Amino acid sequence: MPQGDHIELHQKRHGRRLDYEERKRKRAAREVHKRSRDARQLLGAKGKRFAKKRYAEKAQMKKTLKMHDESTSRQKVDDVQEGALPPYLLDRDQTQRAKVLSNTIKQKRMEKAGKWEVPLPKVRPVAEEEMFKVLRTGKRKTKQWKRMVTKATFVGPGFTRKPPKYERFIRPTGLRFTKAHVTHPELKCTFNLDIISVKKNPNGQMYSTLGVLTRGTIIEVNVSELGLVTPAGKVVWGKYAQVTNNPENDGCINAVLLV
Amino acid sequence: MESPNQNQQQESSSGSSVMCQLVSPEGDHLGAALYLPHNVGPPQLQEIVNHLLHNEDKLPYAFYIGDEELSVQLGAYMQQKNANVEVTLRIVYQPQAIFRIRPVNRCSATIAGHTEAVLAVSFSPDGRCLASGSGDTTVRFWDLSTQTPLFTCKGHKNWVLCIAWSPDGNHLVSGSKSGELILWDPKTGKQLGTPLTGHRKWITAVSWEPVHLQSPCRRFVSTSKDGDARIWDMTTRKCVIALTGHTNSVTCVKWGGDGLIYTGSEDCSIKVWETSQGKLVKTLQGHGHWVNSLALSTEYVLRTGAYDHTGKTYSTAEEMKEAALARYKKMRGNAPERLVSGSDDFTMFLWEPTISKQPKARMTGHQKLVNHVYFSPDGQWLASASFDKSVKLWNGITGKFVAAFRGHVADVYQISWSADSRLLLSGSKDSTLKVWDIRTRKLKQDLPGHADEVYAVDWSPDGEKVASGGKDRVLKLWMN
Repeated sequence: MPQGDHIELHQKRHGRRLDYEERKRKRAAREVHKRSRDARQLLGAKGKRFAKKRYAEKAQMKKTLKMHDESTSRQKVDDVQEGALPPYLLDRDQTQRAKVLSNTIKQKRMEKAGKWEVPLPKVRPVAEEEMFKVLRTGKRKTKQWKRMVTKATFVGPGFTRKPPKYERFIRPTGLRFTKAHVTHPELKCTFNLDIISVKKNPNGQMYSTLGVLTRGTIIEVNVSELGLVTPAGKVVWGKYAQVTNNPENDGCINAVLLV
Repeated sequence: MESPNQNQQQESSSGSSVMCQLVSPEGDHLGAALYLPHNVGPPQLQEIVNHLLHNEDKLPYAFYIGDEELSVQLGAYMQQKNANVEVTLRIVYQPQAIFRIRPVNRCSATIAGHTEAVLAVSFSPDGRCLASGSGDTTVRFWDLSTQTPLFTCKGHKNWVLCIAWSPDGNHLVSGSKSGELILWDPKTGKQLGTPLTGHRKWITAVSWEPVHLQSPCRRFVSTSKDGDARIWDMTTRKCVIALTGHTNSVTCVKWGGDGLIYTGSEDCSIKVWETSQGKLVKTLQGHGHWVNSLALSTEYVLRTGAYDHTGKTYSTAEEMKEAALARYKKMRGNAPERLVSGSDDFTMFLWEPTISKQPKARMTGHQKLVNHVYFSPDGQWLASASFDKSVKLWNGITGKFVAAFRGHVADVYQISWSADSRLLLSGSKDSTLKVWDIRTRKLKQDLPGHADEVYAVDWSPDGEKVASGGKDRVLKLWMN
């Protein structure tokens, strides 16, 4: 028989030592010191195997604790989403709206949208080569950074050009306009009115600031001689109009009043 | 007695009398053709019909000549139509309800309490209780006297999609998006037992067994997105029979008064089941797209059971059963039960499932999918709600088109009838409810007030109140 079996047989026949339990308990109490010494002193592969085993025990302990924590808390229910739908709409693809929209808000939005309609909603874009002409300056005509505007322009009454040495955009006096032929769309009559400013050029903000007048440009005209008044009784002197012709070809500006 | 009148009429002149034949809505002749004077109008015709039918009570009737209601005297009508006096005039007499419902015209209460959209609204069969199901996973009972919340029933895990009262008014069953059904006691607001589980996807419709077949009510059928329909027993709280046969989501179910169950599905078919063993009796084919809604001609009587406009209450189950059976037989008459299905293919079919597998009529006219179909309480009219912003009225017996109600500016979701079949209510995506008059075929009342889409509408069986709920999370009560 193996040696362990002999020991067990002897214990079965004659009993254990009288201090067996005490020595077992003390050995178990000293176990932590033995493990700590092994963790410090084991070298090489033995140390790696020891550390790996200890880490696995630690991970298993963490999982066990977490499992016990989970069992005491409440179980999670299904996620109840927002935006409940009746059964007849659940199978239909519906566009989701960001928030509840009342009918009055929609109505106001439609009224606002109609405010910005113009007679010419779309115009042909004008290329930069068509808008500007390269101007060669200097004694030997080698400087080419100046541009001459080839379209009709408007400048205010107080306009003074910049010093010629620093002026980049040149607006010829022959292509400047101060008046426009404005037609009232409902009265079907035409007036020759002074231009106050260029409000918006559809080709870009730069052309608006330069005062370029092309087809589709929104201009502000002086309508004081038409005798229009506001609901409060004040005289209207500025109103918007949209250019409807090509001024650089026709030599005049035709516009429709925006009412 | 008739022959002396005829002799007198003939003696005067043939131009001053009209030969008329009174016909019932089913096409039966009421005696022989009669010579009637020119000055006979609907009131006199009403007396004649009551006399010939030996009615003890004076029942009101409406008279139709060629699908057009007679509202003037015969002489004036003949002049208007330039009709031939030699031809016998067919007059169809249409029985009307002896009571009259006043149209609702104002919002009497806006009951807040739900925290998500209200998905289902239902009055009890006697019209005294109101229940609603919502996306906040609760079912609520409302007090109609004080117009305040009565009970808040929690227990569901997801949106409450449909609710159904038992025809005796003692229980309410609700189905949710997580596939479970819960029974509630409307007197205490408490849950009866544990939820009934078995469906794997959301519940789409619930229907109870009629009270004249089984009283007190204990069985109901539920359908689900998983393609099953299940019959449950309320006392044992188990699934008794599983009706499997559809290959796609089952969208609607009706438990008919003959003891058959009708299910409509997204697999374009309608199946008829027998209820003791769950055998498939018939498959009605014809639709080209999803079947969205089913309507039975006896649906209103099956829903309200023994309760009618008199407001009578019953103490025993046997009493209720007999009253419900008498009411069912009176409403049905000799005709078989009619079934109408509305579909995504923009059409509706009129079936008589106990007679034939072929449809009786194919009803076309809608330009978008038909979302809801509903028979009037007397079975004479059928209304259909569609996503083409219109509600259409059809003859409930022949399936012929009668009128189109246009006034909504968005999809019409649900419709509801008043108890006397004279008024029709529709709820729409455009946040309004509209009341339509069947006699004049015009808009009777426009009821704005909701802030968002109206998902559910119901007209109480006693006719006094209308309840509507929608996406704006409030429940609105309307009354006269």
